Amino acid sequence: MRSDRSLTIVTRTLAAISAAIVLLIIGFLLREAAPALRQLGLSRFFTDESWHPLSSQFNLTPMIVATLVTSAGAILIAAPLGIASAVFVNFYAPHRLAVWHRRLIELLAGIPSVVFGLWGLMVLAPIVATFGGSGQNLFTATIVLGLMVLPTVALLSDAAIAALPRPWIQGAAALGMGRSAIIGWVVLPGARRGIGSGIMLALTRAFGETMAVLMLAGNIVEMPSSLLSPGRTLNANIALELGYATAGHRSVLFVSGLMLMLVVSCIVLLISHRRGHQA
Amino acid sequence: MNDSGTATSRVIGVRHHRREVCVTVAVWTAAMSVIGLLIWILTDIAVRGLAEIDFGFLISDMQNAGREGGIGPIILSTGLILLVCLVVSIPLSFGTAIALTERIGQETGFACNVRRSLDVLAGVPSIVFGLFGNAFFAITLGLGYSILSGGLTLACMVLPILIRTSEQALRAVPAEYQYAAAALGMKRTTILFRVVLPVAMPALAAGVVLSIGRALAETAALLFTSGYVARSPESLLDSGRSLSVHIYDLAMNVPGGGARAYATACVLVALLLMINLATAFLLRMTGVRHRSTTGGTC
Repeated sequence: MRSDRSLTIVTRTLAAISAAIVLLIIGFLLREAAPALRQLGLSRFFTDESWHPLSSQFNLTPMIVATLVTSAGAILIAAPLGIASAVFVNFYAPHRLAVWHRRLIELLAGIPSVVFGLWGLMVLAPIVATFGGSGQNLFTATIVLGLMVLPTVALLSDAAIAALPRPWIQGAAALGMGRSAIIGWVVLPGARRGIGSGIMLALTRAFGETMAVLMLAGNIVEMPSSLLSPGRTLNANIALELGYATAGHRSVLFVSGLMLMLVVSCIVLLISHRRGHQA
Repeated sequence: MNDSGTATSRVIGVRHHRREVCVTVAVWTAAMSVIGLLIWILTDIAVRGLAEIDFGFLISDMQNAGREGGIGPIILSTGLILLVCLVVSIPLSFGTAIALTERIGQETGFACNVRRSLDVLAGVPSIVFGLFGNAFFAITLGLGYSILSGGLTLACMVLPILIRTSEQALRAVPAEYQYAAAALGMKRTTILFRVVLPVAMPALAAGVVLSIGRALAETAALLFTSGYVARSPESLLDSGRSLSVHIYDLAMNVPGGGARAYATACVLVALLLMINLATAFLLRMTGVRHRSTTGGTC
């Protein structure tokens, strides 16, 4: 029995280490962000004149706005398309096409963000540029971001729809409801929790995405005036400036990382809390 | 009276029919446009990339900031980063998955907390992993910009998915096998190593392959941990550039690097396609389907 106990001890220790990594990450972010939070306080990140870290101007607002705009736009693109493709797979596609559709969506989920960025830069940006500007703006970034988070919505909605009790759908069909009515009145309301989780998870992916936005959004720090104006997100800002940032500047970058981390963690905990209630 | 009733029902019937057609067209259009975009991206990468690739490209050194020459050293660095990542993450994940599945059919409070913390870890943005890796591995542990820092950062990043897939692999082993083994008087350790792990092996391997795909695709977490240096690394403490970082650098920082960026992207996508096929093959061997990216009931 001694080997059994040592097995339990070893595996539980490993599990504890895996679980502790999150705490380690939060701990290190806090440690590195502390100097900026202590010296500047939270309000200066919103009230400073501009983002000129070398002359101690740390206004994060334009970047926060750019992050919110691109993420929200991405969800507006990904949610309808993702839900439609989940409905397609379950109700419209012939069996063989449905299998392929799922496989291709999973493939789309696996394409690296730099590859999306490269495609956006070389193919999509020149097309968007015909509307004016260089083509590297929030609009291009939003489209590609939407495409990137789409598989999350599609796969989770698909799973939620597939998990619905068959008798609901058969019953609705027996009442003489048409296919679109069944989907609109039975399937989507029934699967709304799963679909909602998918959309929220996609939102965390959109907040967390760096490379594609970095390559496509134009990276100019200014308050976006329209969708066609260039912008820089918080993530892109970290990726651009961490390499040469020192002291206070570096610490401010960690503050922005901490903000991202906290927002995303809250959403994830909310999803897992909801799921806990459901079970 | 009767006439108008038939007319109304005919109007309603026409309206229903029209709505049915509209929804069908909308759903097909949406689904086909998603697939169309995916095929557009893949053919674009393949057509522009394959034009640049030959055998020399895959093995020779990089020249002129990447505009000429090959990606030999970059493939080597990528391989080493993956190796470090797997050497650390596989024991951790398998151990954690065994701890999470130690009771059949019931959930301990410990497992519930571990799972919740892994859910959060799965949502951490990759640039935050980069910040953490830079602060912890590169600076606090003194590893600097090195393959070791990069690999360890990626190990933290793939941990949730690797644990999730390993856990599903272990759970898919029929409980009867374990009951039968226990009835024979085998110890839990023996059951684990002689019964559960061998049965779960293909599904465990599929999880590992899936994680390799995740790690290969990652860029943001590597920018400030394994660095940009494109020479062949001489040890794990040297900085090394991964394929994805190379694509980013060529596309953004090297004027005229687009063609080679496409070639590198083509290599990367080809590797990921192979990984995708390998995962599907391994999963078919076991009959395990894992689709959900998060899950588990607490």
